Amino acid sequence: MKTKSRFYRFFNRSVGDSPAKRVVIHFVLIIACIISIYPALRVFSVSIRPGNRVLSTDLAIIPAGATFEAYASVVRDKDFLLWIWNSFFITITTSAIGVIIASTSAYGFSRWSFPGRNAGLIALLMTQMIPAPMLMIPLYILAYKLGLINTWRGLVIAYSVSTIPFSIWILKGYYDTIPIELEQSAMIDGASRMGAFYRIVLPLSAPSLAIAFLFNFTSAWNEFLLARIMLQKKEMLTWTLGLRQIQGQFQTQWAEFSAAAIMISVPVMILFFLSSKWLVSGLTLGSVKE
Amino acid sequence: MKSLTPDVMVTSLGQVGGILAVIVVAVVVLELILYFLLKKILHYRYALPFMLIAPGLVGLILLNVYPIAYELYIAFSNMNLLRFRNPSHSLAIGWENLKSVFTAPVLKQQYFFPVFLRTMLWTGIQVFFHVSLGLFLAILLNRPMKLRGLYRTLLVVPWALPQVVASLAWRGEFNFEYGFLNVMLTRIGLQAIQWKSNPFWNFTAMNITNIWLGVPFMAVILLGGLQSLSKSYYEAAEMDGARPWKQFSSITLPLIKPIMTPAIVLGVIWTFNNFNVPFFINENNLETSDILVTALFRAAFDFNRYGFSAMFAMVIFLILFGITIVYMKAVSFSPSALAGSKARETLTVGEEK
Repeated sequence: MKTKSRFYRFFNRSVGDSPAKRVVIHFVLIIACIISIYPALRVFSVSIRPGNRVLSTDLAIIPAGATFEAYASVVRDKDFLLWIWNSFFITITTSAIGVIIASTSAYGFSRWSFPGRNAGLIALLMTQMIPAPMLMIPLYILAYKLGLINTWRGLVIAYSVSTIPFSIWILKGYYDTIPIELEQSAMIDGASRMGAFYRIVLPLSAPSLAIAFLFNFTSAWNEFLLARIMLQKKEMLTWTLGLRQIQGQFQTQWAEFSAAAIMISVPVMILFFLSSKWLVSGLTLGSVKE
Repeated sequence: MKSLTPDVMVTSLGQVGGILAVIVVAVVVLELILYFLLKKILHYRYALPFMLIAPGLVGLILLNVYPIAYELYIAFSNMNLLRFRNPSHSLAIGWENLKSVFTAPVLKQQYFFPVFLRTMLWTGIQVFFHVSLGLFLAILLNRPMKLRGLYRTLLVVPWALPQVVASLAWRGEFNFEYGFLNVMLTRIGLQAIQWKSNPFWNFTAMNITNIWLGVPFMAVILLGGLQSLSKSYYEAAEMDGARPWKQFSSITLPLIKPIMTPAIVLGVIWTFNNFNVPFFINENNLETSDILVTALFRAAFDFNRYGFSAMFAMVIFLILFGITIVYMKAVSFSPSALAGSKARETLTVGEEK
């Protein structure tokens, strides 16, 4: 009796869908979930294969004789920590610069209708259309002529600026929802124009600043193309370059590659899931608001 | 082998500190100049907003506008590896470059038009599957049910993975002997597939990878859209006896169009410009798997034909621009509709000071 009603509730929580339809829906979703996570689980499963059985046609998630040896070996024998360090400090620096610059620009776009404002916003959207390899040709030649190849300088400037348009859009959308009266009353109380921005608008925008920072962070963290042409020295590789290097020696180092891939992905995925609610609302904000 | 030593860390931090100082000084100087010029001398009423957007604007000019102008200049030159230092520039050379984009192989064998058609096919396939599968999953998820949060979380895993990691992992899985796809195929008694050396299957491999990567984003965006639709439309339709398919085509589709259109515009641009997936999956450098952007990269950085590649890049950009404009016209979507609206009511605050 009890099981029957639980079964009933499981498939009939709302009116409209028959139990049979619910079964089908759950079935389809389970299949979709398997397709979506199996390749990712596979990476984990290869990473814990014991050294003598890395190359096998085994499909099980937990292989026989599982070991974390490959993780130790990546950290010990490869430059894994160096790559992570390189990616990490450059990502943090450029995300901070990018968000600071975008936060003031977005405020200008949100609160004043200066001449050229709409054209500027459209131009910002247009920058998103430029194919990345298209920019690589002049950037490479310019960097070469300015002696920026194999330095962090060129990369810092490029990464900081490249996500500014997107950040401006996100932040402007959020500033637009903050009532102007708050700033007006602060200014009546004697705050300056920028004081009102700094003390009222910025603190209220913390969630969208976090989204913009996260977006900057992931795009710099995952960048491959510019790093590939700008960095050639061994001690300057970022993890995207390093991981590709291990993958190149695939036949012998599949487990090492997988272990490195897992160690890179898990923190990023945790960050992603913690922030995914904001991320989605930030992305859809513009279109839903209209 | 160099590894992470305090020495390396100090060097890199020193360099970054240096460039940070340069950026700060440059911003301060820029703001001071603007302040005196716009505020003190011209008494311009929009002095403050221009000062606010100036650093971002200068950054974008440095990183986008100037390089593209410079690229246009290179497009009219014969710069390559041999003539890297002193290329000659002339209109005639530019015309030659433009002609050879269309009449000579852009890589070793492939001509422009096959690559172009492949890019269109790739974009078409991708956007079709992203939108249709994404919408399908979004509709399934858009109902009260048990385990919904779990399904949602598991389904966005491909989006959460760093793209480089995912592409490289898939590249491993297309291994002839040990990749899981071939293992599964042989277990059920089929032939294993030459994912890496057969042009058709390599292109299919690219598509499989990118469909897997791209569906979750579209599903999440569309689910957000579906959730914002009011239930009352469906209740009314139910009363009038509308069948589910009718409800879908005359309520759901038109109502989520405002969300779908920008998502599709972005999807087309991102897919057309997708570099990582075609580049990483195509391990044997098959020219038959190159789309325009990877062909461009190889023309520039494998064959070092900079002048030619610059012209090639201009052609690609114009094509993408054209496609986007045509699409936006077709669905009557304008970016200025997104850009407009709010500033009018906020005019006063900024301006009286």
